[in-house]
Amino acid sequence: MTRMASTTETLDGTSALAPPSLSSRAKARMVSALLIAPLVLFLTLVFVLPLGGMLVHAVENGEVGGALPGVAAEMRGWTGEGLPPESAYAALARDLKAAHGEPRLGEASRRLNYERAGYRALLAKTARAVRSIDRPQAGWAAELTGIDARWGEAATWAALRRASPPLTPYYLLTALDLRMDDSGSILRAPAEERIYIDTLGRTLWIGFVTTLLCLVLGFPLAHALVSLPRGFASVLMVCVLLPFWTSLLVRTSAWIVVLQKEGVLNGLLTRLGIVDAPLELVFNRFGLYVAMVHILLPFMILPILSVMKGISPSYMRASASLGAHPAVGFLKVYLPMTLPGVGAGCLMTFIIGVGYYITPSLVGGARDQMTSYFIAYYANTTINWGLSSALGAILLLCIMLLYATVGRLIGVGRIAGIQ
Amino acid sequence: MSRPMPSPTRVLHYAFCCAMMVFLVGPILAVIPISFSSAGFLSYPIPGLSLQWYDKVLAASGPWLPALRNSLIVGTGAMALATVLGTLAALGLARNDLPGRSFLLGLLIAPMVVPVVISGVAMYFLFARIGLTASYAGLILAHAVLGAPFVVITVTATLRNFDTTLVRAAYSLGASPVHAFFTVTLPLILPGVLSGGLFAFIFSFDEVVVALFIGGPEQRTLPRQMFDGIRDTIDPSILAMSTLLVGATVIFMVLLTRLGRGTGSKPGSNA
Repeated sequence: MTRMASTTETLDGTSALAPPSLSSRAKARMVSALLIAPLVLFLTLVFVLPLGGMLVHAVENGEVGGALPGVAAEMRGWTGEGLPPESAYAALARDLKAAHGEPRLGEASRRLNYERAGYRALLAKTARAVRSIDRPQAGWAAELTGIDARWGEAATWAALRRASPPLTPYYLLTALDLRMDDSGSILRAPAEERIYIDTLGRTLWIGFVTTLLCLVLGFPLAHALVSLPRGFASVLMVCVLLPFWTSLLVRTSAWIVVLQKEGVLNGLLTRLGIVDAPLELVFNRFGLYVAMVHILLPFMILPILSVMKGISPSYMRASASLGAHPAVGFLKVYLPMTLPGVGAGCLMTFIIGVGYYITPSLVGGARDQMTSYFIAYYANTTINWGLSSALGAILLLCIMLLYATVGRLIGVGRIAGIQ
Repeated sequence: MSRPMPSPTRVLHYAFCCAMMVFLVGPILAVIPISFSSAGFLSYPIPGLSLQWYDKVLAASGPWLPALRNSLIVGTGAMALATVLGTLAALGLARNDLPGRSFLLGLLIAPMVVPVVISGVAMYFLFARIGLTASYAGLILAHAVLGAPFVVITVTATLRNFDTTLVRAAYSLGASPVHAFFTVTLPLILPGVLSGGLFAFIFSFDEVVVALFIGGPEQRTLPRQMFDGIRDTIDPSILAMSTLLVGATVIFMVLLTRLGRGTGSKPGSNA
């Protein structure tokens, strides 16, 4: 690589006056590609591949097919009406005997339990019982129904049939508060189980309110940084950057100490006689907004500031000399020019805000948890990777749509703060 | 710079800025004195001064020093990897001859835009299958990929002001590209490379979510130790650690200003 780079570059360098030939341009392009390749490869392996894997997890359904391959194949050939043929019962019995005591049977039980409560116990009971039956007297259908009457119910088999294919819409449907019923049509989940759409709505709402608050507070601050006297502005800049560079957990713990019931602010307010009883300022939505705005404000201020720095004051002078009131000049001349910075700031603030996990879990209440909380909860606590991935995929889709739209409007470089 | 502005508006603007300064740094400064308290409660007035919480945090037998050590190991590894790969990529991007440059830039900064909880969980699923969870290598790889965009952005910004005729001059004097890179290009873009690396280090040093998923008990980092401490019960030792970190932040900001990017943007600190 070094050798090739060396030839190309020397050619380029020595022939600087002549227009570069086509092949030397191709070689130069090759060098660029080789420079960027290591990071692209690294990013692909450690970032893109895991995200792709996550999308696969959201629809992957290998548990039942892996542990009970015979009956899974039978389910594919069955119409799904009434009860399956004797061969399906026999295949189930064979599969259960073969898989007995293996971890993959546990995985299949867990998967089936998502479809129908009680399936785990049913499989465990049946797997124990079939081991003592070598030759069924009246056929496996009768034997299994004898072990547990649920094997004679259509719903039990419908659940098994839904869980058998290699791919499933189950997790994505669940993440959207939908269910597939025994006949295969899609319905809304029972009211008490509808939580994820609400959570996603809450996540987007918290992101929106935080972004709006940051814009309302951040825009005048950014304007102050370019318009107020230098000394004051640089003190203000330090006040913006110090929290920005301070550890997130330092800031979060500081807010808890300041806002909690026996905390600094309540102590002050009580001693001054402003309130009689301490206020509930944290571990609720209010505390969450305060902490999130504090953390995200610089992400709004800095892009707006970088645009405002590039706006020449002569535009405003021109509008004033043409007779515009300062307020009109501000609205019609200055404000439109700041919009790319406002767009980049709002996008970053919103995107970071809707992905927040640590801050809500520390300063929010039980009713302020966002989609991230469930993504982490299902990945870690209940080991339901499918649902965790489906929730992640939906949140990711929302964010990517926004990223692509805003990126197209104002350019990716502007979002990254390079232009 | 003096735009015509009616003076009541100007007064309001000043008042607003002062209120915002209190909001921005007030909470961080307000907790510092409590870390020197002789009592265990987290409010004023402080009954007496004591360094007991600092003793506790800096005790050799405590959990904080191993956590600091882990954070330094992971941060240094992630910084090194992100800086080398990110600088190379920025050099490639700056040559402006690749097709789909805007797509490539979008891809390279994507880790900044995807919420860390999503990339963290996704990496956890993959790493669990190949045995990289609960390992330093896994944590370093994850932090490096998430920190690399900061290096790409910072170095790209530096390269925009870089005069390429200097490199041509070096070539015309007979320098090989590698020699020209190390003697001409690198010294000139070094401040950008160093601040990019610093950003990557700080990102790793402050990162909790990936550390929660991918780090095992052996790789418990400082932010993770703080996270657990805050979640259980906050005592003044958390505030002592906070104060030390704020001190480190101030030193870091001075360092960054020296590198010539005092107002530099710190892209995406997701939590």
